[in-house]
Amino acid sequence: MKINKNKVIEKVVEGALFMSASLSVFVTLGIIIVLLFETIEFFKEVSIIEFLTDRQWTPLFMNKHFGILPLLNATILTSLISMIVAISFGLTIAVYISEYIKPEKRMIIKPVMEILAVVPTVVYGYFALLFVTPILRKIFPDISTFNALSPGIVMGFMIIPIIATMSDDAMQAVPKWLREGGYALGANKFQVTTGVVIPSALSGIMASFILGISRAIGETMIVTIAAGQMSNLTFNILEPMETITAYIVQVSLGDTPAGTIEFKTIFAAGMTLFVLTFILNVFSYMLKSKFRERYR
Amino acid sequence: MKEKKLINKIRDNFFPVAGLLATIISLGILFVLIIDVLKDGYMRLNLQFLTNYPSRIPEKAGILSAWVGTLWIMVLTALFIFPVGVASGIYLEEYAKPGKMKDFLEINISNLAGVPSIIYGLLGLQIFVYFFKLDRSVLAGALTLSLVVLPIVIVATRESLKAVPLSLREASFALGANKLQTILFQVLPSAFSGILSGVILSMSRAIGETAPLITIGALTYIAFLPAGPFTTEFPFITLQGLKDYFTVLPIQVFNWVSRPQKGFHSDAAAGIIILLIISLFINFMAIYLRIKFEKYMRRK
Repeated sequence: MKINKNKVIEKVVEGALFMSASLSVFVTLGIIIVLLFETIEFFKEVSIIEFLTDRQWTPLFMNKHFGILPLLNATILTSLISMIVAISFGLTIAVYISEYIKPEKRMIIKPVMEILAVVPTVVYGYFALLFVTPILRKIFPDISTFNALSPGIVMGFMIIPIIATMSDDAMQAVPKWLREGGYALGANKFQVTTGVVIPSALSGIMASFILGISRAIGETMIVTIAAGQMSNLTFNILEPMETITAYIVQVSLGDTPAGTIEFKTIFAAGMTLFVLTFILNVFSYMLKSKFRERYR
Repeated sequence: MKEKKLINKIRDNFFPVAGLLATIISLGILFVLIIDVLKDGYMRLNLQFLTNYPSRIPEKAGILSAWVGTLWIMVLTALFIFPVGVASGIYLEEYAKPGKMKDFLEINISNLAGVPSIIYGLLGLQIFVYFFKLDRSVLAGALTLSLVVLPIVIVATRESLKAVPLSLREASFALGANKLQTILFQVLPSAFSGILSGVILSMSRAIGETAPLITIGALTYIAFLPAGPFTTEFPFITLQGLKDYFTVLPIQVFNWVSRPQKGFHSDAAAGIIILLIISLFINFMAIYLRIKFEKYMRRK
């Protein structure tokens, strides 16, 4: 019996392609295993109650405290500030380019807007620390050199393209007949936009917001450079504070040998970050799929 | 009555005015940022800045080790992600049958795209630096960055393959070609500029990545270069440089920004100018290829 040579090659190639595709599964597994392993090691030395309730985070000092709250608080505060900027600008831009201008202009504005997302984050960090903070000092004279406000605002501009692009896509997907139905009932353009288009595209728009928050939470260099590297549990956004990501950078810059408690803390902090962004990403993905199904 | 008219007028003009303003402000910020770094850094831009190692004296500091490191990392990352990313994209788009397995792979990739890059740094630190004992080498850095940008290449490959019309595949099958031949000789060549655009786009992302490389322990002060790939002795090529320590442009910039002296801030600004020129150039190249690809597909 003659073996079909082509069939064999075909199978081998398919197998090789499948292996490449499954590499991504191993990456996810790798992340989870690496984080979980060191986090478990960490919790052998520090109780989970201390981790979640202690109000100080000082693993690098003599008097060690392991409360994640100051880092978490800084991460959430800077992210909230950035979302105020990103949502107000991003959504307005999305409505404008989706509903009010000609498609040709839209095709120009969208890629130009994307440049905001291409600029390396160290560049934004430089800009926040050495340009935005000095300007903010004129408005708030007692603002610190390192603070949460300035990197928050700058991070917001970085996230505008995500929200503008995704929300615009969502509004573009709203069928024309829905808008026409609105006009037929005598509504004007503003009423159709706010009463028909935005509500119809809402799950897609929400998906963009959540993805934006997730991006802000994971953003590292802007906050490391401009918010400081001193953990500080405060709601005063004019003060320096250290985010989860900035702490990981701070430890990585020093020479911390594997196996020490300081080394394990970055994985516990990383795990917190991973869990937060994972939940948000899954939520965003579900909203987006739901939205796609509705208008298929 | 008059009041109502006024309110309606304000409403009608709200989005056109606010939208235009928001667009102008966002792009204006970009403009201000560029002017700001140009103003701070232009006086440091000269040949010595490119040929000097970092130094304790701001006026003598340069980015030689940084740009050489960036070049190493970029070339290696491109070499790693091109085959793996394209192969994954082909599998998902052309071979995977709809079902739970495909859904799982898709959700997994979209989730990976959303994992903060610093987490990849922690992965690289444990797997490449400690487990495979690559130390804080060029190779460990390139492998880590490859994982960060892999999802971008996979998604771009799939989009490009999706854009290839069915008629082209059917014509190939009609001539007696099998699936592999059709993909290899018809689909891939048509999708090539689209795929390339995705790979280049991922490069523009990789070049600015700082956090994962700091996390794997890339040094911030380096006054030597990785061993060059060419030698005078047989076989004229060496991979010794893969094992050397390295730094990259954004890390060098970060190092200079973090110092209190004003002189180093000028160095940082000059480094940023170089970094921005390269990453914007790469990005425009990707957009150009994308537009060319879309035009080509429309003609088909």
